[in-house]
Amino acid sequence: MSILIDRSTRVIVQGITGRDGGFHTQQMLSYGTRVVAGVTPGKGGEKVHGVPVFDSVAEAMAESRANTSVIYVPAPFAADAILEAADGGLGLIVCITEGLPVRDTLAAYHHVAEIRERNAVKDGAAGKPRLIGPNCPGLISPGLSKVGILPGQICKSGPVGVVSRSGTLTYEVVHQLTRAGLGQSTCLGIGGDPVIGTNFIDALALFEADPQTAGMVLMGEIGGSDEEDAAQFIRKHVKKPVVAFIAGQTAPPGKRMGHAGAIISGGHGTASEKMAAFAAAGVPVARIPSEIPALIAEALDRRRGRRTGRRVTAKSASRRPKPSTNGARAGRARATAGRSGAKRRTAPARARKR
Amino acid sequence: MNLHEYQGKELFARYGLPVLPGQVATTPEEARDIAASIGGTVVVKAQVQAGGRGKAGGVQLANSPEEAFEKARDILALTIKGLPVRKVLVTQAADIARELYLSIVLDRSRKLPLIMLSAEGGVDIEEVARTSPAKIVRRPIPLTGIRPYQARALFQPLLGDVRLVAQAADILIKLHRAYTEGDCTLAEINPLAVTRDGRVLALDAKVILDDNAEFRHREWATWRDPDDETPDQRLAREMGLSYVKLDGDIGCIVNGAGLAMATMDLIKHYGGEPANFLDIGGSSNPEKVTAALRIITGGAALGNDGSRVRAILVNIFGGITRCDDVANGIVKSLETSPLQVPLVIRLTGTNEDLARRILSDHGLSATTSMDEGVRTVIAKAQEVAA
Repeated sequence: MSILIDRSTRVIVQGITGRDGGFHTQQMLSYGTRVVAGVTPGKGGEKVHGVPVFDSVAEAMAESRANTSVIYVPAPFAADAILEAADGGLGLIVCITEGLPVRDTLAAYHHVAEIRERNAVKDGAAGKPRLIGPNCPGLISPGLSKVGILPGQICKSGPVGVVSRSGTLTYEVVHQLTRAGLGQSTCLGIGGDPVIGTNFIDALALFEADPQTAGMVLMGEIGGSDEEDAAQFIRKHVKKPVVAFIAGQTAPPGKRMGHAGAIISGGHGTASEKMAAFAAAGVPVARIPSEIPALIAEALDRRRGRRTGRRVTAKSASRRPKPSTNGARAGRARATAGRSGAKRRTAPARARKR
Repeated sequence: MNLHEYQGKELFARYGLPVLPGQVATTPEEARDIAASIGGTVVVKAQVQAGGRGKAGGVQLANSPEEAFEKARDILALTIKGLPVRKVLVTQAADIARELYLSIVLDRSRKLPLIMLSAEGGVDIEEVARTSPAKIVRRPIPLTGIRPYQARALFQPLLGDVRLVAQAADILIKLHRAYTEGDCTLAEINPLAVTRDGRVLALDAKVILDDNAEFRHREWATWRDPDDETPDQRLAREMGLSYVKLDGDIGCIVNGAGLAMATMDLIKHYGGEPANFLDIGGSSNPEKVTAALRIITGGAALGNDGSRVRAILVNIFGGITRCDDVANGIVKSLETSPLQVPLVIRLTGTNEDLARRILSDHGLSATTSMDEGVRTVIAKAQEVAA
């Protein structure tokens, strides 16, 4: 299992004939993602890397039975692309585009939310559509599917759910996790804008419910209060271990640090406030990225120890077996092993499934 | 982009908000002429983007054109919170009975514009928020907008008088239009003044525009003040680099905002001080790397003192950014302008091997670990300092 995307994910690429859209269509195809159609108004009938292009989402949907859209449309037209995808009936909309005006994102966000509310009572449509981003790298469920621009080769299937506001920092940490033998269930970049479709809480709730995920790594940054809200949520609703990191500990107030959302304003949104919120919620906070793998390994071991009744020392984390070449199978095996002690926990849904 | 008061008032006036007549001056002579054309008592206000202008002596009354000349001369000689005053706004004075605070700001968690209103205007609202948060009314505005009766209900308890309430409600509705259509992330009136003759006026304007919306606002280009930007900042903006100058001695060039922040944090963690935040962005363009090195090493032409920088770290995790492009940028830059300080390179990801070959052909090398790169650059900076 994984969250949001897997082998059944069928993707349409909005903006497929553009430079980024074309390049990443190729990358997604070579990773094994089922890219079933592309959309660029006025370019219907063309093909990009063998993928048929349509003039509209509606036409693409009629031909392809897609369930996911990824958007590489230039910023002035990206919000319209989100609306078109939502109205077209897609369940997951991933907006990679950077630089959307906040006003446009707000309109798109609330439109998507409205349709989701209507769908809540429909069978099989609950929680849909979901918007991820904008200004995000997308997501990858290692070995199953990737939607967006995350580099596939640094990931490996396993028990860690990764959620982050940044792009390359996510790659950095995922790379370090993989090298430490810690594979990932899904890596999700939620985006660096002040207004985004899916926040930390949404992602944590999905990971909490996902059987493959045994623990989560959350990477936040300065600005806003999503991290503080996530800390509250973890305290009340998350049983799986979470490790957090906050970028921008040395950022000066009032300066926008690259991301539109990464700004300390009015004395709020500082890294220290966010780190304190996580610490208060019992979440270990890494001071630097390279501390993350050991912290999550330790947390996963503790959890396994609790479930099996065996006492596991932090040291055994470093004696973890070398990653198998077949990452996907190894990860699944480990996740299953982790579940063997699930009876001890109050997880009725999971117990029923078994 | 943050607007100056006079620019914010231009935006407000365009949406019919009541602002008093005034004009901006860069010399005492201009200030005198503007005061003469307005007539009566005027206020001379420093146009710098800093709070506490009044306390710093940057806002002064003048009863005659001659006095406006003198006050403008004094204010134009001031430096407020490190910012030299280059312009003053000369505007009609108001006979103020009461001062309120009114703003509309983006509420990130509710994902809606938020009205903030307080009976305590004219003061630092962040201070009010800290000491007596109950004195601030917060009200989200639904996407459908705010109705006149809702606006009136909001001001009724604060103003009482029906004529004042009607004026204030009208101001709020117009401010919301200015905020939305103007693509603001903050539109603030502080103070929103009630005059003794029963008028409600916007006596100040603080506006922050959403930079991402610039493509649909041609008029913004005229608001961009060249004096607000140092030459290095301008070069960074023109090259599409996110750049913030800091006080340390270790320059850094990174791809991605999150990784760039984490790199700064790591430098500090290992005992160094970053000289800047610099994100070359997602695309790979050798020219961006060249420009980044130029900005960090600085010099007179760029208006910053690069001599503080004792060592430079390039930290790249290749995704869309190709490591070979970055390597080419470094090599090209060093050929045309050799560095006076040590350069430490960390490259991982897309086309990493190719990048290493390019670097080694030119006698350079790169590490793969971010931690190692940071520790090395700190050691090099310390060697230079010694």
